[in-house]
Order: sequence, then C-alpha cells, then structure tokens
Amino acid sequence: MSLLNATIRELHTKIVTKEIKPSELVAASYERIHATDDQVKAFLHLNEAVAMERARELDQQVTAEAGLLFGIPGATKDNMNTKGLPTTAASKILQGYVSAYNATVVDKLEAQHAISVGKTNMDEFAMGSSGENSGYYPTHNPWDLTRVPGGSSSGSAATVAAGQVLFALGSDTGGSIRQPAAYCGIVGLKPTYGLVSRFGLIAYASSLDQIGPMTQTVEDSAIVLQAIAGHDRLDSTSANVTVPDYLAALTGDIRGLRIGLPKEYFGEGLDAGVRAEIDRAIQTLTGLGATFGEVSLPHTKYAVAAYYLVAPAEASSNLARFDGVRYGLRVEGENLIDMYKQTRGEGFGPEVKRRIMLGTYALSSGYYDAYYLRAQQTRTLIKQDFDHVFADYDLILSPTAPTPAFPLGEKIDDPLTMYLNDIYTIPVNLAGIPAISIPCGLTNGLPVGLQLIGRAFDESTLLRVAHAFEQASGFTARAAL
Amino acid sequence: MTTTSTSTYETVIGLEVHVEMNTRSKIFCSCSTEFGNPPNTNVCPICLGHPGVLPVLNREALNKAMRAALALNCTINRESKFDRKNYFYPDSPKAYQISQFDKPVGEHGWIEIEVDGQTKRIGITRVHLEEDAGKSSHAANGSQTLVDFNRVGIPLIEIVSEPDIRTPEEAKAYLEKLKAIMQYCEISDCKMEEGSLRCDANISLRPYGQEPFGTKRELKNMNSFSNVKRALEYEQIAQAELLDSGQEVIQSTLRWDDVAGKTLTMRSKEDAHDYRYFPDPDLVLMELDEAWVAAIQATIPELPTERKQRYVEQFGLPSYDADVLTASKHVADFFEATVALGADAKQVSNWIMGEFLAYLNNNNLEVQDTKLTPAALGQMIQMIADGKISVKIGKDVIREMIATGQSPEQIVEAKGLSQISDEGAIAAIVDDVIANNPKSVEDFKAGKEKAIGALVGQVMKASKGKANPAVVNKLLLDRLQ
Repeated sequence: MSLLNATIRELHTKIVTKEIKPSELVAASYERIHATDDQVKAFLHLNEAVAMERARELDQQVTAEAGLLFGIPGATKDNMNTKGLPTTAASKILQGYVSAYNATVVDKLEAQHAISVGKTNMDEFAMGSSGENSGYYPTHNPWDLTRVPGGSSSGSAATVAAGQVLFALGSDTGGSIRQPAAYCGIVGLKPTYGLVSRFGLIAYASSLDQIGPMTQTVEDSAIVLQAIAGHDRLDSTSANVTVPDYLAALTGDIRGLRIGLPKEYFGEGLDAGVRAEIDRAIQTLTGLGATFGEVSLPHTKYAVAAYYLVAPAEASSNLARFDGVRYGLRVEGENLIDMYKQTRGEGFGPEVKRRIMLGTYALSSGYYDAYYLRAQQTRTLIKQDFDHVFADYDLILSPTAPTPAFPLGEKIDDPLTMYLNDIYTIPVNLAGIPAISIPCGLTNGLPVGLQLIGRAFDESTLLRVAHAFEQASGFTARAAL
Repeated sequence: MTTTSTSTYETVIGLEVHVEMNTRSKIFCSCSTEFGNPPNTNVCPICLGHPGVLPVLNREALNKAMRAALALNCTINRESKFDRKNYFYPDSPKAYQISQFDKPVGEHGWIEIEVDGQTKRIGITRVHLEEDAGKSSHAANGSQTLVDFNRVGIPLIEIVSEPDIRTPEEAKAYLEKLKAIMQYCEISDCKMEEGSLRCDANISLRPYGQEPFGTKRELKNMNSFSNVKRALEYEQIAQAELLDSGQEVIQSTLRWDDVAGKTLTMRSKEDAHDYRYFPDPDLVLMELDEAWVAAIQATIPELPTERKQRYVEQFGLPSYDADVLTASKHVADFFEATVALGADAKQVSNWIMGEFLAYLNNNNLEVQDTKLTPAALGQMIQMIADGKISVKIGKDVIREMIATGQSPEQIVEAKGLSQISDEGAIAAIVDDVIANNPKSVEDFKAGKEKAIGALVGQVMKASKGKANPAVVNKLLLDRLQ
C-alpha cells in the first residue's frame, strides 16, 4: 500500500524524524494519482512541476518545529483561487482562466507548508449532488466506479477516498462537503458560517457557502480546520472569534453528552441499510456515555424549498460577472447582448442555467416578496428550530444522506429527486451552524455517513464526539481501488 | 416656440445627483482613487470583479456619506445596508452595482435655496452610498468599445430631491447650494465637467391647481449647471406644447444634446430595467449608533447659509456680497484670511468679487489654482489706501499678482507703476492739458462742471494712470477757478 495510507500525524512524525522527505510524500501522491485518476477523475488540473519543486525546497527546511501540515500533500477544490494556476469551478465559461490571486485558505495552507497537488473536479460552480454536473467529466466513486462520489465536492471526496492525498478542501453550500464525504466513506466538516474565510472562493450562494476540510480521519480534519479557520479582514462576513485548539478537544470523553435525534430526519425516504448503520452508531455512542432523546425540527419540510430560492437567487447575481467581457470564455455575437447570450449559452451547463433562471425569477419585481423574502423568513424559522433543540441538547445526530452512493446517470435527468439527496444537510447551511459527516459503516459494500450537527462555533464538540465515535466504531474500511 | 403655454402649467422638477467622494481609496478595495492616471492602472482583482473576490467597506466612505447626509439635514438610519442592483453592462465588472435600496444612509433631509431674494426649502428624499462604474469609450464607427476601470469603485453618494423644485432657476440654485455644502464638508470638489458631480433631472408639468403630478420625463447627459437649466427650460416648453396640442407626455428617458440645444429620446418606459435588488450577502448590516452619528455631526463645519449670515453681521457686508463670497468655501476662506490680516472687509470683498472672480471665471480656474495670496491682496489694498497706487493701477497689479504670485511692491517697482502725488511733477502735465484742451476749459468756465472729468482723464492718460487723481483734481481746480 502507498506511503499515504496513514494519518497526517503519522506522516508528520516520519517527516520530522527524517524517515521520509516531503518530496517522497508528494511524489507518492502523484504516483497514486497517475495510477488511479484515469478511473476516478478526481482532478481537473495537476500542478506537478511546481509542487515537486516546492516539496524539494521543503526537504531542505525540515526542523523539529515543523508544523503538522509541513510537506503534507493535499488538494484544492477548483472553485478556490490559486494564483498562477487554472481555476475554473469546473465550468467551460472559465476554461483557461488563471487566478490572479490566492484564496485566503490557500494562503493559510501555504503558510503551513502544506502542498497542493492540484485542483479537484466538482459540479460546475458547486451546483449538484453527484459530480455529474462538471463541465469537463464526471468523477467516479472509488468504492464503486459505476457510482457517483456525491457532490458538489466530488473530486475532493474521491481523491481522499482513493488515497491520492491526505486531505482536500471542499466547499459546502447545501451539503457539498458532507454528502460526498458520506458517499466516499471519509470525514467531511462544514464549519460554522463565518469561521473560515470565503475570500477567493468562487461564490455560489454567498450567505450559505463555507469552506471545510475533507480527510480520512477526524484528527486530520481538526488539523486542517485549525490551519484554515480564523478572522479575515478581506471577508466582511468572517467572524471575529478566537479559534480554539481543536486537537485539544479530541479527549475521547463524551460522557453525559446529550444528543438529539430529529424525528423529521428519520422518516420516509430513508434507506433501510443506511438506517441500520445509523442505529448501530447510536448504540456505539450510547456505550460511550452519551444520552439520546427524540427531538423535532418542525420546519425541516420547508428547508429544500427555501434553499432552492435563496441559493439560486444569490447565484443568479454571483454568476452574472461571467459575461465574456474581461476573462474566461467569449463567444462573439452580432452585438453586445448577442455576445452575452452566446457566451453564457455556451459557457454554462444545464444545471447552472436552471438555477440562474430560478434565481432571476425569484428576485424579479413583483415576485421578490413571495419568494426570496419568504424564503429568508423560513430560514429564520429553521434556525429557531435548531436553537430550541440546542437549549436542551449538545448535538444533533442524523444520517448525512438518505441513501448511499447511487449509480452514475441514475438521477441526472431528474433534478427534483437529485435535490432531495440534500434534505438532511441543507437545513444546517440555512441555519449557519456546523456539521460533520463521518463514516459509520457499509451497506451493500457502500459507505454510510453519520451527520453530527452542533451549535454555532462549537466545532470542538463536533470533533470530540466524531473522534470518540471513530475510535470506538472500528470502521477502518478503505476503497479497494 | 410659444411662451404662453408655460404660464398654463406648473413645472415640477426633482433632481438625482451623484457626487464622487474624495476618499483616497475606493469604496470596497484599497485601489487609489486618483484622477487622470492611465486607463486600467487603479485596478485590482476586487474592483475588476474577478471570480471569488469580496468587498470590504471603506469606513471613510461611510463616514463621509454620513457627514453629507447630516449636512443635508437628513435623519441617519440606525440600521443601514447594501443591496445589489443587477444589470449587465461592460463597465460594470460584477454585472451588479453595490448600492442601497431600502435602507439608505440618510433620509428626510432638506436644504434652503435663494432665488430672486426668496428663500425656499427643497426636500431631500434620501442620500445613499454606492460604487461608481467604469468608463466606456465607443469607437466612432461603432466597431469597438473600450472600458477604463479606474473609476470602478470610486465611492458615490446619490442625493435624491423631493419634487419640490418649480423652475429651472431653482434647479440651478439647488445644484449650486448642494455643491457648496459638499465643498464645505470636504466631501467632493463637485466638478461637473470632470464628472465628480452628475445630475439627472425628472420633470413634469401639471395645470396650476391640479394636485396629481403629470407624467415625467427623465433628462440625462447635462455636463454643467447651466446645461441643466437649459435642458429643463427646453423640456418645460416641449412638454407644454405637447399638452397644449392635446397629446400625452410619454414616460421616457431623454438625453440633452448640448450642441443641438435640445433633448432626444433614449428609451421609453417599456425598456425600463428590473434591477432585482436584494441585500448583498457579502456585506453586513451597518449599525450607525447614536455615538457614531454624534461624532460625525461634530465634524460638520459652518455651512454656507450660516457663514453668509455671519458675514452680514460680523463684517457688515451687503447680503449680495455675502452670498457670492460664501458660495465657494475656497473663496470664503480666502476672503476671511485676507480680512484677518487687517484689510477692510468691504474692500476685500470688492476686489475678490470684481477682479479676482472675473479672472477665475475667464480662465476656468479655482481660487486654489492661482498664486494670489491673502497677504498680497491685503498689501495691495493697503497701498491703495496709502495713495501709493491708484485703484485703476490696482486692477493691473492684481492680475499680475494672480498670474505670477509676485508681491504688489515687486510689481509696482518693476513696472514703475507708483502713483505720482508730487504736485510739482503733476503741475506740468496739468498745464499742458489745460493748454491743449481749450474747449473743455471753456465748458467748465461756462458752468459745465462735468467738463472737469474730461480734463482729469487727459491728465491721467498723459501720466499713464500714475498721477494721484485727488492731486490732479486739486491742481485743475486751483488753475481754473
């Protein structure tokens, strides 16, 4: 097995003791990518020459004080700007676009001397739940290449699951980190809105988007979160809070913790195999000293509808800048309006167009109050639902997604069914609170994700419980690719 | 054109004024706002609308907008926010403008204007903060459009008046007052020719006594206060003629053609945009608390109306003088600095309003663009009082002072302009003039006292203006009586 079949901390120890060099680690990453990515298609762009050069520089700089991410190969979702490298958000409209600057998260990881090996595939502009909406090619699930890896952070989930890198950055607007993490049997954390800077993240829905880590283990997740969290003066929505020590939170002790089970998340549409694994997880956590109670999040049934008004409305405005004037694709037309139509008609895929149209409609004069404003009010109610539960409970537990990974092509022509994949993840984004998906078992050989939802800025409790569960559950299965 | 028709109708005018504020950096990024740099040099990924960028509000722009709103007697909204105004145009890089929709910085203000000695209060509906767009230039053959993004993101305030203006003269007086207030508050130099103040005008007519407004037309593209007045005068008559002939005024937008001296239709109401305003999710609610408002209020200097009043009371100036001097802060400051050095206020006022302002108008200059100093003007006035130069010579001297910055002594010395008060030197000229103008001498002796004026004039001419007129008078009378 590859060098990379280890945790960040294990590899860190080998680096500082000079058992391995960063360049060997990065070379192993590329070796694994070259061996497997023809099948997985997790990457859109590789950065091999520059990354290897950087790794060789790091070989000379190893000290005992090197940080945990020093020399560790990771991957970056293609909707995050990386100066001098292509950034396309998997859209044809940005084909050939090279970033003029680094996203704050990219700068932060570079400051930790982590090495990004390339840009991962995704649903175009992060719109999708299967990875099939990539403007270039779909990503395949490393557990079963005929199935989707989930989305929109499809490539980021698949590259970690395929053992190509130790971590990847994903972005989560309605479940885009957690659902693919669940489908690919890895750990995916969506932080509290405002904990991680959005500067440099190509916006899908600005009030919902949040960057987070995708890793093999909970400890790795804590390490990456530690590196990317914190206030950024370039992002006005970034929260000015003190970032706690997430590794210190991984005590293994969850005795007395109260966990709510929302009845609305265990109803119709939940796959029996998924349900069985979640029930086993509840037993495991009970064994660790947590207590459970049924709770209600009564406005859950409005979450998908509210999401599909708010997110497309913001997207319709966010994506307007891709107009063929300054960068990216331009298809000439007979006049200015025609150039806009040709460029956007050719550059955007069908799902992106669908959401731009939905959002444009929702914001139109005469409809704004009935749609956008109503959806924002619904959002407040959903947030209040969570507040009520958190008055009595420390955490909420649910499945991450109602089913395991489905076959490629199965839902692509049925957007409404596709949208329902995110019914357990969307409310979390609407409320702006953190949630983590961790693998909890297999059903028919496919991974099942367990979602833990926490209070705003209480990632520590999420990580503590996820870590304790991970240690106790003994789930160590890896994709056999 | 008939003039009778305009007396049938009452004109209703409302003005929308955009003022570019003189902050050093742009409103949402740190680019310079310097005017006149080569195209596309004051730009960065943020103001160019690159993928993934976020706006961060320049606090100084907000402070200045608050100061402007307070100086215009507005109420500051305790909660103010930014909204996106969505529209496609190549000079708008994000394809939306960050502006303010329903919670502007200030509302419900007013200013006082004076027309024909009558003071009138004009309501200010709102003052809001927004970003400027870039500048397009179109090739003459229509084949190409070039865009300069230096102007993108310059902070603007839009000042919307109530439809309280009734004549084109009032519109001009309103603009002049607005400009003076903005200058006094150091918000903008308000140079309409350079685009730092732009004005759109809404104008409609209604029969006298009718309450509901008539249908309005919007006028654009006026590049001076006089053009605003001309355009409104033209439109007033054009609409009256339409109404007189039984036709309807169609709601539309027109542009003023300065060369042709008429308005031309740009677009009708059917082409009106739906801007799909919604709150900008990238920016946070601004809480403008009482302490903040009070701190800004404290920075508002004495405004033109108060200053004018003070000039009448403190310096005993005629109301007309006080009005002219205080219309520009720079002029008023110059006046006061000169008086503070001991010069007589009325004399200083005469010289500024006469020679100095004429020179500035003729050469299209501002006070601060010239080399004249208060000290030099004071000295010159003193030289006249001391009989060293005549008022007539003074007019030549001040022009020289403005152009060269030399002191009046230097100029008088160099050009030999000293007044001759020595009776002996003047007597010879007087005798010559008497000998050569027997007709005037005869007239005077016959009782036509005015004839002495012609003789004085001859003496002054012969002395090249240097003879002291009082001495000349005395000597002539001595000899002729």
